[in-house]
Amino acid sequence: MTGPAAHRGALDERLLRELTPAVINVLVGRGVDFATAEDAVQEALVQATRAWPERQPDDPKGWLVTVAWRKFLDAQRSAASRRAREERVEVEPPPGPTEQVDDTLQLFFLCAHPSLSPTSAVALTLRAVGGLTTRQIAQAYLVPEATMAQRISRAKRTIADVRFGAPGDLATVRRVLYLVFNEGYSGEVDLAAEAIRLSRQLVALTGDEESAGLLALMLLHHARRPARTRPDGSLVPLAEQDRSRWDTALVAEGVAILQDALGRERLGEYQAQAAIAALHADALVAEETDWVQIVSWYDELLRLTGSPVVALNRAVAVGEADGGAAGLAALADLDPALPRYAAAAAHLHERAGDPATAARLYAEAARVASNLAERHHLARQAARLGRARRG
Amino acid sequence: MAKYLLLKHYRGAPAPVNDVAMDQWTPDEVQAHFQYMEDFADRLRDQGEYVDSQALSSEGAWVRSDGEGRPPVTDGPFAETKDLIAGWMAIDVDSYDRALELAAELSAAPGAGGEPIHEWLELRPFMGSAPTVTE
Repeated sequence: MTGPAAHRGALDERLLRELTPAVINVLVGRGVDFATAEDAVQEALVQATRAWPERQPDDPKGWLVTVAWRKFLDAQRSAASRRAREERVEVEPPPGPTEQVDDTLQLFFLCAHPSLSPTSAVALTLRAVGGLTTRQIAQAYLVPEATMAQRISRAKRTIADVRFGAPGDLATVRRVLYLVFNEGYSGEVDLAAEAIRLSRQLVALTGDEESAGLLALMLLHHARRPARTRPDGSLVPLAEQDRSRWDTALVAEGVAILQDALGRERLGEYQAQAAIAALHADALVAEETDWVQIVSWYDELLRLTGSPVVALNRAVAVGEADGGAAGLAALADLDPALPRYAAAAAHLHERAGDPATAARLYAEAARVASNLAERHHLARQAARLGRARRG
Repeated sequence: MAKYLLLKHYRGAPAPVNDVAMDQWTPDEVQAHFQYMEDFADRLRDQGEYVDSQALSSEGAWVRSDGEGRPPVTDGPFAETKDLIAGWMAIDVDSYDRALELAAELSAAPGAGGEPIHEWLELRPFMGSAPTVTE
């Protein structure tokens, strides 16, 4: 006889990940410091990945708490035996509640603490809140597992003196989740899906409009994923995507979340970015895109961020709304050293009816591209215009 | 986070400050040089910034296809080749400035007289992955 939850063969990784922050919180609630609790839970996760495919426990959370607690005691005992042998160390569970209020938001704050570098905050968040193993995180970011393990333990040392429960900064939490989402999909862990899952949790915990804007932004971009790459992995630009392949359920969910957030009239940069993505999602064919509205959202976004990268994207949108010459005028004030400046200039010159300049700029943009997919796309654009000119 | 390759050249780089060929060093100086490189790699591992490192033999050959069904054509090694890579170290760091800092540290490995070589290293960014959100 096996219980209803018990089955062989498959590991319910999603359940494992969802339970991770709660199990850390149980240990922290029993008085274990965060770094030690997190290590113990990580060991329990690794043990679960071996044991659960054989038989998933009927009470998965209870199982994880028990195993993590045992790992903690083992670590305490070996640390104690290394220290003075005569010194008696208390290893019995201190009295304390097993169930408590959801402290997951505290974990988010701690893992995205402003004293951490973005890279460290990303790694720590994925492990302690996301419930990923060090190996999975290392694989996703293409570094050796030992390197990732060191990065995480250094991050924990950096925040060792931060009190668990201290007020946190939601802006840095959102920034970390945005970075995870934007890393996309490499390896066995789908980081975009993971970022969406964590953002849903964040929105459920805080209910604030900017976190909702971030979630909407992710959903609207994730909806395009089936249309974004060809089977060979090459990029399909937005204007050329087969929009019938966009995930309409994700679009609808993203738009609904965004509308609710915008209705509260506390605009932030993620809401503005999501509004731009929603306007793209609204166009059944690329030609129907409401570029005039998109430009006005870029104006808002520029006002909120002052970012030159936003100004560059705005110039491209102006080119679509008012023609290539207007776009080039908007580009004129910007620093040519900006990333993707040459690509934007190439696109606008082509729209302005100057394919020779566009071809030269596409070739230059391909040379300075910072990733292969973009370089290939830009090189194809240069070749297309070059061939047309040669006849 | 971005990955960079630090390339060390046998030949082809501008002359280092402490410009004495390794075969003129004392055995202790050679040992100290290799120890410095190993310690540097260990530090990178501890800091969570290490990706990979390899040294390359100075011997090699040029290879090209000679058409389907025919064996590859090889040539060389060419003693006169101007640029010869000695090895690499790949790092994963928070910023370009951090990459420069680490490259400078590696460049200061001791050479003749135990003095830093201050050799020129080539720093090349890896291509990253395409970001999801671009507009």
